[in-house]
Amino acid sequence: MPELIVVENLRKYFPVAAGNVHAVDDVSFTIDEGETLGLVGESGCGKSTTGRLLIRLIEPTSGRILYRGRDMASMDKQELHGLRKEMQIIFQDPFSSIDPRKSIGETIGKPLEIFGMGRKEREETVDALMEKVGLSPRLYYKYPHELDGGRRQRVGIARALSLSPSFIVCDEPVSALDVSIQSQILNLLQELQETMKLTYLFVSHDLSVVKHISDRIAVMYLGKIVESAPSLDLFRNTLHPYSQALLAAVPIPKLNRKRERFILSGGVPSPINPPTGCRFHTRCPWTMDICSQQEPPLTDRGGGHSVACHKVP
Amino acid sequence: MKDTLLEIKDLNVIYKTYEGTVAAVNGVDFALDRGKTLGLVGESGAGKTTTALSIMGLVPSPPGIIQRGRVTFAGQDLLTLPEKDMKKIRGNRISMIFQDPMTSLNPVLSVGLQISEALVAHQNLSEAEAERKAAEMLEKVQIPGARYREYPHEFSGGMRQRVVIAMALACNPRLIIADEPTTALDVTIQAQVLELMRSLKEEFATAMIMITHDLGVVGEVCDDVAVMYAGRIVEMGSLDQIFGNAMHPYTLGLFRCIPDIEEESSTIHPIEGLMPEPLDLPKGCPFHPRCPQCMEVCRQVVPEACEDNGHRVLCHLFGGGERRA
Repeated sequence: MPELIVVENLRKYFPVAAGNVHAVDDVSFTIDEGETLGLVGESGCGKSTTGRLLIRLIEPTSGRILYRGRDMASMDKQELHGLRKEMQIIFQDPFSSIDPRKSIGETIGKPLEIFGMGRKEREETVDALMEKVGLSPRLYYKYPHELDGGRRQRVGIARALSLSPSFIVCDEPVSALDVSIQSQILNLLQELQETMKLTYLFVSHDLSVVKHISDRIAVMYLGKIVESAPSLDLFRNTLHPYSQALLAAVPIPKLNRKRERFILSGGVPSPINPPTGCRFHTRCPWTMDICSQQEPPLTDRGGGHSVACHKVP
Repeated sequence: MKDTLLEIKDLNVIYKTYEGTVAAVNGVDFALDRGKTLGLVGESGAGKTTTALSIMGLVPSPPGIIQRGRVTFAGQDLLTLPEKDMKKIRGNRISMIFQDPMTSLNPVLSVGLQISEALVAHQNLSEAEAERKAAEMLEKVQIPGARYREYPHEFSGGMRQRVVIAMALACNPRLIIADEPTTALDVTIQAQVLELMRSLKEEFATAMIMITHDLGVVGEVCDDVAVMYAGRIVEMGSLDQIFGNAMHPYTLGLFRCIPDIEEESSTIHPIEGLMPEPLDLPKGCPFHPRCPQCMEVCRQVVPEACEDNGHRVLCHLFGGGERRA
């Protein structure tokens, strides 16, 4: 499949009183058409910022984002407006991401209205969208507070689908939902991907969910990608010590699991003054002298499995 | 020989609201032995937190009303205890850890003071003694005692939750109720906090009720598991019984709807439908509208609990120890 998105040396710094928050710091990756790239990491690692940068909800500090070969950063407002139809986002919190004063039908139809679709046609399209995401048509005139979390997230999905996009950033779309509802939404997202040929960037902190839905996974730590690989490969042959720690930390609901306890000490350092060299060296159990001095580059170890670590041969 | 610390019998709690009566807890029964950890599992609205608040005597009233039931803790019925006696138990012999460490700590008091407060109130320690003991507690949860005078905003989320744990353990309680203690934390921090809770629980020989929606967390720390749905315990047993031989269709559904991180490719099978409206619980078994094995009787009659070797299940499919369907 051809590349849909190419990201090169993307950076986003947020100025604060104490300096700059290095939210995303020199990140490069590609997303192929029709695939799901999972972006995992803990709070503050820059995964959501990356998602927002990709659809230019926020402007990058530096770096390039190519969408179908065209540089998004250099586009003017009009060009970008056209592109908005192609890229959408589904947010984490289905409570704050939809307008409480608009009916469900209005919310889903809003993007269509912005792009000039007439009322009659709009209503029909919204009906079709609601059916597609499993919302009963009688909910058209209901308001968000009348809906539970799972249904609200379906509204968010229907709105994202309304303009028939090619690319959707899913920013923790199931994190706020109960497990039984979470699985319904995950299956819906997968179905929609198949029928509508969608490409996803799936941002999540939940490794089981990311593994389930992604073709490839990139692991982020403090604004950097530390490892990226085809999904199965990442789990079968986890190379970066941070990825290993992340994996070991996931509690697994099974009996008699003799797992190596691999518990990281300390917390994530401040992104305002990130550690020198490898950013993980302050918590890494295998840190060496070189790790605090030199930043390891993200290099391909074959089969599309890249890792940024001095220790990995 | 049984060494029961806490026994709950036929607990029923309702919330009276403008829209109607919410039946939050409908006949919950369980017992917890000294030093053991019980996992209370379920989705939002299952009644887990209300059950916990009933034990603590903290059900907000109004709108909450404990209609019936007994909560016996170390031989005392807590529901009939006057507030003045309950105060001596709360924070002293039973303490609670809440989900969000940012809102459960007071932002304008130093963390040390918040720990020593309980010690002064319950253990008749002088302020100086309490301060020394509080600093000791901080060290126990791996925070330098020298940070006694720092405020909650100066700590990370994981450390704040450790402060809350230090507060909960300060008076060496017999029972800790932890309500989603790691839900707000990142996974690597969750692993640290769970490890800490496990080791402190051993050291202090405290019994614990762990409320969580995460079956993985249950597997890490619990001896027994109770699965709640619509205000009822639908299945209860040892960790082995529930994880190895789950019987209730809802419990099975919970396991089947989480992606398996250890399988090469996983399929998930959602539980169809939604949690029932708490204002309007369905007739019969509350799970019947979502149950893949629903029978006619399920729509009409609330199932009776049947028990085999400590494994209890509330489902018409089972009865007299035999599988009927």
